Amino acid sequence: MSQMISSGKRNAGLFNNENRRKITWMLFLLPALIIYLTFMAGPLFDSLRLSLYTGEGYNPTKFVGLTNYIDLFTNPLWRGKFFGAVLHTCIFFAIHMIVQNSLGLLFANLLASDFKGRDVYRTIIFAPATLSVLVTGFLWTLILNPQWGAVNKILIAMDLKSLALPWLGRKELALPIIALVSSWQWVGMPTVMFLAGLMGISEELLEAARIDGASEWAIFWKIKFPLLKPVVGIVAILTFVDNFNAFDVIYAMAGAKGEPAYSADLLATLFYRTGIAGEHPVGIPNMGMGAAIATMTFIILMAGVLLWLYLSRRQSPDES
Amino acid sequence: MRRIKLSQILTYFLLTIWSVIVLFPIWTLLVNSVKPQKEIFRDPFGFPKNFTLDGYKAAWSTGRFDLYFTNTLIVTIISLTLILLVGSMAAYALAKWKSKASNFLYVFFIAGLMIPIRLGTIDLVRLIKTLNLQDTIWSLIPVYVAMGMPIATFVLTAFIKELPNEMFDAAKVDGASEWQIYSSIVLPLMRPALATVAIFNMIKIWNDFWFPLVFIRSEESRTVALGVSLLFGQYRTDWTRALAVLSMAAIPLLILYVLLSREFIKGLTAGAVKG
Repeated sequence: MSQMISSGKRNAGLFNNENRRKITWMLFLLPALIIYLTFMAGPLFDSLRLSLYTGEGYNPTKFVGLTNYIDLFTNPLWRGKFFGAVLHTCIFFAIHMIVQNSLGLLFANLLASDFKGRDVYRTIIFAPATLSVLVTGFLWTLILNPQWGAVNKILIAMDLKSLALPWLGRKELALPIIALVSSWQWVGMPTVMFLAGLMGISEELLEAARIDGASEWAIFWKIKFPLLKPVVGIVAILTFVDNFNAFDVIYAMAGAKGEPAYSADLLATLFYRTGIAGEHPVGIPNMGMGAAIATMTFIILMAGVLLWLYLSRRQSPDES
Repeated sequence: MRRIKLSQILTYFLLTIWSVIVLFPIWTLLVNSVKPQKEIFRDPFGFPKNFTLDGYKAAWSTGRFDLYFTNTLIVTIISLTLILLVGSMAAYALAKWKSKASNFLYVFFIAGLMIPIRLGTIDLVRLIKTLNLQDTIWSLIPVYVAMGMPIATFVLTAFIKELPNEMFDAAKVDGASEWQIYSSIVLPLMRPALATVAIFNMIKIWNDFWFPLVFIRSEESRTVALGVSLLFGQYRTDWTRALAVLSMAAIPLLILYVLLSREFIKGLTAGAVKG
């Protein structure tokens, strides 16, 4: 019906030109759409549905409404673990925001000036991002090994034996240390993004400020940083999405339980244990509950992304 | 003049410190993987004095790394081919078909950049079981292709939109069909953008650990990442072997990175920096 109204052409049959064009375009889109719907969008939405069901093993068939969520929020069996995981994930994200992205901003500023060897430094800073997260995690567990690891050997050699701690064995240390290792790996990403942003700032603007006698510090905060705000937004949202989804590095350095004593348990490890691997010693996954944890993660992510969209639109109303 | 010099010294100083922090772990990884355990503990930073490939040999024979590499290579190559083919076709339609439907689908594809596919894992496990693909490398490919769609449509659609319109008009005047324009004009021109998409996905797929961990159990179907995690657990106290396993997983991409660092950096940041 719509094609007859919209095209208004005289030969409005099923195989007129307009329709044929539409069909051609749909054929271009179809393979991508089928795969994307079947293996990404579909499972994501079906996971939301599954969170309303219960039943052991692969077929949660018993509809229980919001029971999984109520359990997650109030049942002492789940509540502590769930809110612990949320808190740890927030801390994990915050450390990346502060350490990884500040370092990235610093390195981008250093790399933005023209000097010999700039590309070499950029290449080195970015290199760990090509390593597998798993390899990075395992490698650092060896480096941080309290007895034989390089970090403690160096500390002892520097006569700082009191600082040679069991880094991954202490409840209050494991999570921040793992976040720092992960920041070590990914610092090249914000560096390159900020660098691209800085390269876009006109040199005349900066030169004019210098002639007016502005210090480099003032130039950074008064001119560069405000112009970088859109990039800051993108870096922040990518850091958010990546870290609310982090799993590999925790699995490698603290195991699936986020040890010691669940102190490094993130939403993704809790999700894995609950919905996929099954909690020791039972070993049977509770898929409904796993789906509920995934849905909560999804809601947190959506809230963050919508907030970012809202803020970035408000900042630049002329850009769509 | 003096101020400029001072700031340059500071630049070199800070960047060099960080470079050491980056290179030092990678150096200890590679250099210690060819030392006997005793020497690792005695002298963890120096060049190997008693060079040995025992770690690699052990990992290769007990861990069947030949198989893991073959599996990972097959999965990566097939997934990449499909992502580029299917993604570029979709991107061509999204860029050139002016309609409400294509605008909507564009947003629908791009939304996947912000929503990790892992959140749908529970349902994917069921789906893979239904398709009878569990515990095979074929379970990974459709998931990776789906995972690659958002970045492929994002980068490639932006690229096609930048191409001059006159080119398409001229081809149409000559009577070329959309398929001909796609295959003989758009695809060849798109090569740099395709390379960016390929590198982005290659790194993600090669290094992915989550889906092999969830879908695969048996030895024949293991990927490098899964093999590494299992062998590392076994070798935890034998550092030569443990480091050899990690090195084997890291070396292929590290070599490619040294050769193609510019393309790698562009590829990995493709989701954030346009073009």
